[in-house]
Amino acid sequence: MHELSVCQALISQVEDIARQHQAEGIRHIIVRIGPLSGVEPELLIQAFPLASAGTVAQDSQLIIERLPIRVHCESCGADTDAELNKLVCGACGDWHTKLLSGDEMLLASVELAKTENSYV
Amino acid sequence: MCETCGCNITPGNEHLARQKNSQGQDAVTVLKNLLGANDQVASHNREHFDLHGVLALNLMSSPGSGKTLLLEATIEALKHKFRIAVIEGDLETENDAARIRAKGVPAVQITTGSACHLDAHMVHDALHHMKLADIDILFIENVGNLVCPASFDLGQHRNITLLSVTEGDDKPAKYPVMFRAADLVLLTKTDLLPALDDFDPDRAEHYLRQLANPAPVLRLSAKTKDGLDAWFDWLRQELLTQRQRARHGQSLRPAIQSDGARMHAEMAAHHSSPATSEKHPRYREA
Repeated sequence: MHELSVCQALISQVEDIARQHQAEGIRHIIVRIGPLSGVEPELLIQAFPLASAGTVAQDSQLIIERLPIRVHCESCGADTDAELNKLVCGACGDWHTKLLSGDEMLLASVELAKTENSYV
Repeated sequence: MCETCGCNITPGNEHLARQKNSQGQDAVTVLKNLLGANDQVASHNREHFDLHGVLALNLMSSPGSGKTLLLEATIEALKHKFRIAVIEGDLETENDAARIRAKGVPAVQITTGSACHLDAHMVHDALHHMKLADIDILFIENVGNLVCPASFDLGQHRNITLLSVTEGDDKPAKYPVMFRAADLVLLTKTDLLPALDDFDPDRAEHYLRQLANPAPVLRLSAKTKDGLDAWFDWLRQELLTQRQRARHGQSLRPAIQSDGARMHAEMAAHHSSPATSEKHPRYREA
């Protein structure tokens, strides 16, 4: 539901990066999203053309890498995969776990397009 | 504060974050939190709260779970002991703010239009209409929605998630992002439990633990006042610890960002002392 505003934040950060590196365009934007971030990749993809229109990122491709949910068990010490609504230890079943991965919403990298004869 | 440190990198995803571009293209690795601008304003809000010793609490739930009624009962019971103020978030109307003001405390209404959540900027604007020096506890009543509010830090110290017994007891399993973010869960409208045969409070708590969330669960009815004392005790204790933290120049972020906050604390360890609360080991001073 809020993916458009997340996408606008994404474009704003990409614009800053392009400016810092005097890029003329953007080829790829890679974001990494975990299921516990509260952002739906499909909705982000739908929002992307709207948010990027008229910006340096308008011809770029949005690539989303989905991260797994991993937890560390404080009882038995195991690191295991977990489910969105079941963050218990996959080895011993205890719920005293810490999330290792799965709630990320990261702008991981941006591939810039630069021309040889750029005088900026 | 999270502009450049990549504080969303966790031990689990670090190897992914450090990957190199094998094609040698002009890729800039950035690792920024996509909500960086929001989080910056949230930190700014939190600094204001800490500076004035204000305890800021974010109330989240589905619509109609009894947030405003709980606030009315809380204000009635505590307004002579603590200075309370409320920020109300709704899509439309001033109705809730009017109900709070009728109880004799200041309330600022944020109407979000079609936005499904409050964000840190909206709360910051609302703070311009409040006198923080005159407030002990600030309640932020978020938009009634079990999805989006969980993703936006407002600058609060604690997240409180309400679950009314007229909803399903499996709500924590259905809305894991929201319930994982809760520092306290309130089961509300418990006076209706005798009339319901499909809500088991123990089962609701079981689903919460399945999210690895150790948050206390309090059962109460704002209508009959049953169970309110435990809620008031929690508030008193939180205000006390918030004042102690503020005196030592420390702050607290809610569970919503515990992992990012942890990495941040570790990276900043050389120039600060990221003390860990012994009572709540998953929280870190930011």
